[in-house]
Amino acid sequence: MAECHPVGFQWVMEAKARGATVIHIDPRFTRTSAVADAHVPLRAGSDIAFLGGLINYVLESGKYFKDYVLAYTNAATIVTEDFADAGDDGLFSGFDPDHRTYDVRAWQYEGTEVQAASGERDELYDDRARMEQVRAAGRGEAHGSGGAHVEPAPSDPTLAHPRCVFQILKRHFARYTPEMVERVCGIPRSDFRGIAEAITANSGRDRTTVFVYSVGWTQHTVGVQYIRTASILQSLLGNIGRPGGGILALRGHASIQGSTDIPTLFDLLPGYIPMPHAHSNENLNAFVAAEGTDKGYWAELRSYLVSLLKSWWGPAATAENDYCFDYLPRLTGSHSTYETVMAQIAGDCRGYFLLGENPAVGSANARLQRRGLASLDWLVVRDFSLIESATFWKDGPEISTGEMRTEDIGTEVFFLPAAAHTEKSGSFTNTQRLLQWHHEAVEPPGDARSELWFTYHLGRRVREKLAGSADDRDRPLHDLTWDYPVSGSHDEPSAEAVLAEINGRDGSGAPVKSYTQLRDDGSTSCGCWIYAGVYADGVNQAARRTPGKEQDWVAPAWGWAWPANRRILYNRASADPSGRPWSSRKAYVWWDASRGGWTGHDIPDFAVDKPPDYVPDDDATGAAALSGTDAFIMQADGKAWLYAPAGLLDGPLPAHYEPQDSPVPNLLHSQQRNPVRQVAPFAHPDNRLQPSAAEPGSEVFGYVATTYRLTEHHTAGGMSRWLPYLAELQPSFFCEISPELAAERGLEHLGWATIATARNVIEARVLVTRRLRPLTVDGKVIHQVGLPYHWGPNGRSTGDAANELAAVSLDPNVHIQEVKAFACDIRPGRRPAGPARLALVRDYQRRAGITERTGMEP
Amino acid sequence: MTWIDSWPVYRQLRDSDRFGRGAAAKSRASEDLAPRTKAADKVVKSVCPYCAVGCGQDVYVKDEKVVQIEGDPDSPVSRGRLCPKGSASLQLTTGGAREERVKYRAPFGDQWVDLDLDTAMDMIADRVIAARAAGWQDEVDGTPVRRTLGFASLGGATLDNEENYLIKKLFTALGAVQIENQARI
Repeated sequence: MAECHPVGFQWVMEAKARGATVIHIDPRFTRTSAVADAHVPLRAGSDIAFLGGLINYVLESGKYFKDYVLAYTNAATIVTEDFADAGDDGLFSGFDPDHRTYDVRAWQYEGTEVQAASGERDELYDDRARMEQVRAAGRGEAHGSGGAHVEPAPSDPTLAHPRCVFQILKRHFARYTPEMVERVCGIPRSDFRGIAEAITANSGRDRTTVFVYSVGWTQHTVGVQYIRTASILQSLLGNIGRPGGGILALRGHASIQGSTDIPTLFDLLPGYIPMPHAHSNENLNAFVAAEGTDKGYWAELRSYLVSLLKSWWGPAATAENDYCFDYLPRLTGSHSTYETVMAQIAGDCRGYFLLGENPAVGSANARLQRRGLASLDWLVVRDFSLIESATFWKDGPEISTGEMRTEDIGTEVFFLPAAAHTEKSGSFTNTQRLLQWHHEAVEPPGDARSELWFTYHLGRRVREKLAGSADDRDRPLHDLTWDYPVSGSHDEPSAEAVLAEINGRDGSGAPVKSYTQLRDDGSTSCGCWIYAGVYADGVNQAARRTPGKEQDWVAPAWGWAWPANRRILYNRASADPSGRPWSSRKAYVWWDASRGGWTGHDIPDFAVDKPPDYVPDDDATGAAALSGTDAFIMQADGKAWLYAPAGLLDGPLPAHYEPQDSPVPNLLHSQQRNPVRQVAPFAHPDNRLQPSAAEPGSEVFGYVATTYRLTEHHTAGGMSRWLPYLAELQPSFFCEISPELAAERGLEHLGWATIATARNVIEARVLVTRRLRPLTVDGKVIHQVGLPYHWGPNGRSTGDAANELAAVSLDPNVHIQEVKAFACDIRPGRRPAGPARLALVRDYQRRAGITERTGMEP
Repeated sequence: MTWIDSWPVYRQLRDSDRFGRGAAAKSRASEDLAPRTKAADKVVKSVCPYCAVGCGQDVYVKDEKVVQIEGDPDSPVSRGRLCPKGSASLQLTTGGAREERVKYRAPFGDQWVDLDLDTAMDMIADRVIAARAAGWQDEVDGTPVRRTLGFASLGGATLDNEENYLIKKLFTALGAVQIENQARI
């Protein structure tokens, strides 16, 4: 955190000054480790084993926060008899080896079907949509067992039932012993025990522990389950919804949170509404029945979605035409950026916009990315400088290896200079869900323009060109609301007008104050329901800047946090079931009986007048069905999920699997890799996978590579490698290795190393440092190679891209690539240039016996 | 001031500024210097464009040009601090590495050529329409999809919420589904 989010790290140091213990768990020693109470290196790719070990410790020692667990988690809920845990083989019930999928019905609560509040919500579409048709037809007898999904699942508050979540959890994590943590992660038992004792001693009524993570947890073939493991641990310890608690994702781009909330992502609509998948006879009601919940705030999905459709299609969206629900394009499986690259290579995807992204060096398997770019008809690159993705056709690595020739590349390239943040007005959403407005200081120079300008005027031109078309496919375009006021010498659209549309309007046209005002009858509009209120009273709430010194520690009058300016989500859980703070030290939001309402330091994340002892009627639905203790208001059962009966594709509980390419066998299960990871769609000669562990050939790639950032550069370098100040601070690509590895491989400090995988070979300056230490994993010494991934051949600070080495092998839930742990070789000297570079890659593949089938098995 | 008082090293040894980082290092020339922030016409409130901490920035403008960017001491997020990248954002926004003109590479071409922005926008609009048509699908396996796989988009994490909103809205209305950003990566 001190490296990549240095200014945010000041708050960790403030906490430390007030007595907090800071433990840094990371393969490398960093500026964070330097000031932490302890640095515990672990093997990259082993975090589920580590966190699972902590869960096992908490359960075995009885140090979980029992009152919290009983009140606010699903610990007591009974799970279906069909569920069978991942035992020695590492497979949960419902696995289909032919299709490499799970039937998630094998993981549900007993006698009911619950919907997830996030993640994959289309899994049971047919069941759930059919139930809606049955319900609509009044044929109650056809419900079967699935029809009871409005009724709560049975539970056992004594936590003794063998199929209650708590007992399942205990059995599942029993194999994650301190000895196993030591063998898998390379963390000595004594160190592990110290961490376990520290976090349990620091959790409970009086104290809270926070976990802070970044892409070190997400960029794995089992990344979502990393976060799930932390969620289980923090829920058991009572550390969610409370000050000083939580699982904080430190995100790496100014508005990467905003571009997830208002998603430029294939699988989502604004506000985490799922993009519809293709289904026969799908209409708005069937979609809402299938994707929504019966209880909690996702039960209001129809209001959020109809309000979104009204924002986009205005008066054309009517009750008679399902509010233009059929204008939304439909998904058939994954259309992630990696599938898009394969579609480019196949010739199906012909045009590509790159809007502040540099996949030619910034995405996994950079060679495959460039192969995609070279297969396009046209490419639009909008950026500050001539990044590698704009110039691959004349100076990409494949030109020098002879794989491509400039005169053969048919891609038409438009480079359009982009406006900087000082040259446009708009809001960023930071890593705490805080929207902050930045104001235009000057107009952009030359041809530079904002994305707001580009998108608005592109849309205007396309609409004009198709204005005379009677084709049905153009109706969504004709009917689109696309009339924003423009000003200035460039006709810049008004960002504030767009923000007002995002906020939404009530029936009278006035800005809504809250998402609770949204209706499903077409009378309201809202471009992103979780942002409703950011323009309350016609005031840009994101532009509020009451100085921090003039406010309390929550600082509610600086910017605006979604939803409803709440700074901590699920903060009802900061009070006990009766509504009193768990302790005076940790008071945050509480029930004020004299006023009959929730109050405190933050906006309560709960119906403000719902008393703690509220019990809903049996037939209540939606928010009204939440009891006074259902703190997790987005969840279908109002509970934090220790066990996830829906929403995940690779198991209701996390299990440790090794990375796609790993020199270590899976010691916890016979299943080596995540059985449902995504690799098959990316079979390509440029994306060969490696043998793992005990397989012949794995010895060729005996080291573990991990990628990361440096303080002085930013992601793929488009905003940093061209800056003289930053280029001087970090002038070229390097790798970090331990003195022991240097000795083993004959590598010299400040010399050159060649690093190899089945995908490519790269060269890097060698930094021999004790910041990386060899670890003992199952009695064997494992060396790790640290690779900052900022580089590429263009700009002032140059070097090979670490992403040349990485494979496209993805997490099945979110389609994120595994770049945080993969096996490699390292040897002294520079890599060959020209065709010899390719020959070296082929030589590695031959030595390791790699074929198109290697590493593809479930 | 005697002649020897004008020697910084003498003052460094004589006074309390032993490391020469304050008064000892001052000369008449440096005494007369004023920060760029002092002469600015206005200060515009902004947010750092790099990571997602969201540090506050004060953007100093003189004669319609950005002359300095400082941390905003009012921000409860950052309390006036900026990291090396945030501190370099003046160079990011006003430095010589920024391209200011449209560049165009024709299919199979071996060099960039100039193109005016209006022509480029018109050509891009035509290409969107053509790629959309080429990749259009009314149905897949008999199920309506009403979409195009003909063009795709990547990017948004460095952009404003309002920009992401328009990108998602326009491209979805065009039937595109391959709309992605760094959050996937």
